[in-house]
Amino acid sequence: MPRLTCWAIRLALIHLVLGFTLGGWLLCSKASSACAGAWPLLPLHVELLLLGWTAQLAMAVAYWILPRFAGGIRSRETAAWLSFVLLNLGVWLAGLTPALAGPREMIAAGRALEGMAAVSFAVHAWPRVKKFGT
Amino acid sequence: MPTLTRWYIKSSLVWFVAGLTLGIVSYLLPEDVPSSAFRQPFFHMLVVGWLTQLIFGVVYWMFPKASLDQPRGSTALAAITFALLNLGLLARVIGEPAATLGSTAVGGTLMLASAVLQWCAGVGFLVNTWPRVTPAPHSTERR
Repeated sequence: MPRLTCWAIRLALIHLVLGFTLGGWLLCSKASSACAGAWPLLPLHVELLLLGWTAQLAMAVAYWILPRFAGGIRSRETAAWLSFVLLNLGVWLAGLTPALAGPREMIAAGRALEGMAAVSFAVHAWPRVKKFGT
Repeated sequence: MPTLTRWYIKSSLVWFVAGLTLGIVSYLLPEDVPSSAFRQPFFHMLVVGWLTQLIFGVVYWMFPKASLDQPRGSTALAAITFALLNLGLLARVIGEPAATLGSTAVGGTLMLASAVLQWCAGVGFLVNTWPRVTPAPHSTERR
């Protein structure tokens, strides 16, 4: 397992548990007033679990197992690293801004980072989606 | 494929079908039954019961071995995680509509139980998986 995959999967696991923690708090707040105040964290719960956990895990495993080139080269590795940095920044910016009552533009910026992460990952992965032996 | 992975994947398929069925049924109920009572259970049956559980099962099966003695980490912990995730989700799927439709005490208790059970499942999965997320010492993989 390459180093980038290790880092990304560990981050995905941390996001999973943080997302479940917020989810538990949100569920608790529906059942008991003792857990009030959770609702501003709903966007962060969604960002952490859909992108920080699920998408990041899929990207990390794809980086690991997609076909490589001669000599074990994965090619365009900078784009892959960049995509994980952008994704994690985007998840936290887009998820945390509503909780802190930040401006809508910050949420848009977070989404833009996530979008750039997707483009950057596609730039990395595109040539690796290839025929056997090429 | 390990036995536990088969449980995970078959359960995920059951949740997939059940979730989509609930998505249909929730719009066929009498008009005085709010479809919103089933919206969150519907999403979570798909995202937790189907997607996350499928990931748990495949990760348990295919990630690098933790050690020669326990190649997939603790089998007991992975089995407990499976049980906690499914019981927790089931408690939510019953509890949330129950609370919305009138059985507040029962529904609330089930939702609290669901919150705890699913959180424990997430922690259990992390604990069992973390040691397997490492470059294999004898791998020829470029670091």
